Amino acid sequence: MTRYLWWLAGAALVALPFVYRSPYPLHILVIILIWSFAYTSWSVMGRFGLVSLGHGGFMGVGAYVTALTWNYGHISPWIGMPLAVVASAALAALVAYPCFRFRITGHYFALVTLALSGIVLQVITATRDYTGGSLGYTPERYQGGSSLWALQFHDKTTWYLIALAVWAGGLYVWNRVDRSMLRYALEAISEDEDAAAAAGVHVTAEKLKITVLSATMTALAGALYCQYQMFISPDTVSGISVSLQMVFAVVVGGIYVSLGPTIGAVITILLAEVLRIGFGTRAVGWDNLVYGVLLVLFIIFLPKGIVGSLLDLGRRARWTSS
Amino acid sequence: MINGLLLGGVLALLSLGLNLVFGVIDVVWICYAELVMLGMYGMYFLYTVYHAPIVLAAAVCIVCVGILGLLLHTLVIAPLLGAAPINQLLATGGVLFFLQSAATVLFGVEFKNLGLRLPVLKVAGMFVSYSRLLAFGAALIAMVLVYLLLTRTYTGTAIRAIAQDRQIMPLMGVNSRRIYLITSGLGGALAGLAACLLVLQYDVHPFVGLTFGPITFLICVLGSLGNFGGGFFAAFVFAEIISVGGLYLDLEWGYVFAFAFFIVMMFVRPEGLMVRRS
Repeated sequence: MTRYLWWLAGAALVALPFVYRSPYPLHILVIILIWSFAYTSWSVMGRFGLVSLGHGGFMGVGAYVTALTWNYGHISPWIGMPLAVVASAALAALVAYPCFRFRITGHYFALVTLALSGIVLQVITATRDYTGGSLGYTPERYQGGSSLWALQFHDKTTWYLIALAVWAGGLYVWNRVDRSMLRYALEAISEDEDAAAAAGVHVTAEKLKITVLSATMTALAGALYCQYQMFISPDTVSGISVSLQMVFAVVVGGIYVSLGPTIGAVITILLAEVLRIGFGTRAVGWDNLVYGVLLVLFIIFLPKGIVGSLLDLGRRARWTSS
Repeated sequence: MINGLLLGGVLALLSLGLNLVFGVIDVVWICYAELVMLGMYGMYFLYTVYHAPIVLAAAVCIVCVGILGLLLHTLVIAPLLGAAPINQLLATGGVLFFLQSAATVLFGVEFKNLGLRLPVLKVAGMFVSYSRLLAFGAALIAMVLVYLLLTRTYTGTAIRAIAQDRQIMPLMGVNSRRIYLITSGLGGALAGLAACLLVLQYDVHPFVGLTFGPITFLICVLGSLGNFGGGFFAAFVFAEIISVGGLYLDLEWGYVFAFAFFIVMMFVRPEGLMVRRS
């Protein structure tokens, strides 16, 4: 029964842009889907206690490499995006391998990755002759307007479908990880590394796998964001505040459930949009004010996030009724 | 070189309070730099808008930021003391968002400064900024005072004991809640002191915390947590890297080298620079 409901919901999501064509809500939906994918990529590793503050860096690499190869090499994003993803994965492996090898965990890992996103942000700003620095950067428009080769579309519907597919792919990966041996290995590691190693888990390799997977997905999210928005700046796709924003949305939505990051993205983006429309320029800062208070309250009172807590409630209700 | 040395003084001063909290309570105040930012705003309003004498303004600032530290501990950290370290880090991340945007809402995004320029000293053909010299001196004095407090007083001994063993000391009759409160207040006050000296040389705006916040944590970690000598030394190493890198390339490259240096050092010496290998 629930299976059919999922298929029905999926079909409704696919059919939506053909029925309802208003551009602004569609734009918000695309943004929500892209960020949901990014947040899902973070939670793929974040749920195992590997709190990375470097994902802003991976996303920045994804976005900037794609844009730079297009503008300077006139290479299609179809090649540029894999390049960006590989670059980001390589960066993740370069930093994460020694981290895991020398057993840097907990908030030390968070701080090392924080330094990583700091590096990416500063490199983008420092190479301002090529990347536009903190003023931002625009991939060149393709002359004909829409083009599959340049991965640029005027039509919001196309973008909606692309984002939907990628988001669904992200959820699929999340669920695959959820059902894999990797998950059990990583849960054992997050409980006790020595015990896991003694039980035959290759601690470094397993952690490295999940980190590279997560970085790969995040870079793809950055590249998509760049292709859709056609404007990127270090503040919106890279750096420490983006990393914190990811962590925040995932914690609010629910870190241990597959739809948690998506719900987190819906809440945070809608909140920002509502405040922006409702209060205009006076609202500058208010969205983050609310986020900050919510984040603190959630971590103190609802560490499992909205979806996680709701699921718990449902489970408890079923338990008492049966 | 000299400029780097003086920047080191500023960074050392910044990392002092964080180092205390980090070392004793074992909590990373990600929002530490935002406390400093609020202190800088406090100085700006007291001195420029209400025309308070600068020493009085500084004193008020130090006390106020100290109280903020106490509030931060009781409202956010205390309920989370038993939680996973990463949750504490994230909760203070929420406070970071909150303080940053509260400053944006209340004070606007314009850059503000005291409108007070201290003279630049010329020593043997080199230009040395007076305000940096002041920060350097204050960092030294504050460090010595904190060191004396920790080693020469009863409370200080209790603080060090708590830092060494969180489970046993409450059994020995140390009131750990009181000690944590004292430490948080002291950490906040040191943030306030840093704010008073920073506002002399930098403009204040709501996002000023992001420019020196990350580097402050890295200094604390690199200098071994709770080890003030180590933190001091690490601050100078970082400052030299930033200013020498900034001299030959851009300032941003200086930061890149400093961050990269941190990552490499974490692999080579995870316990920090100053730890003796046992």
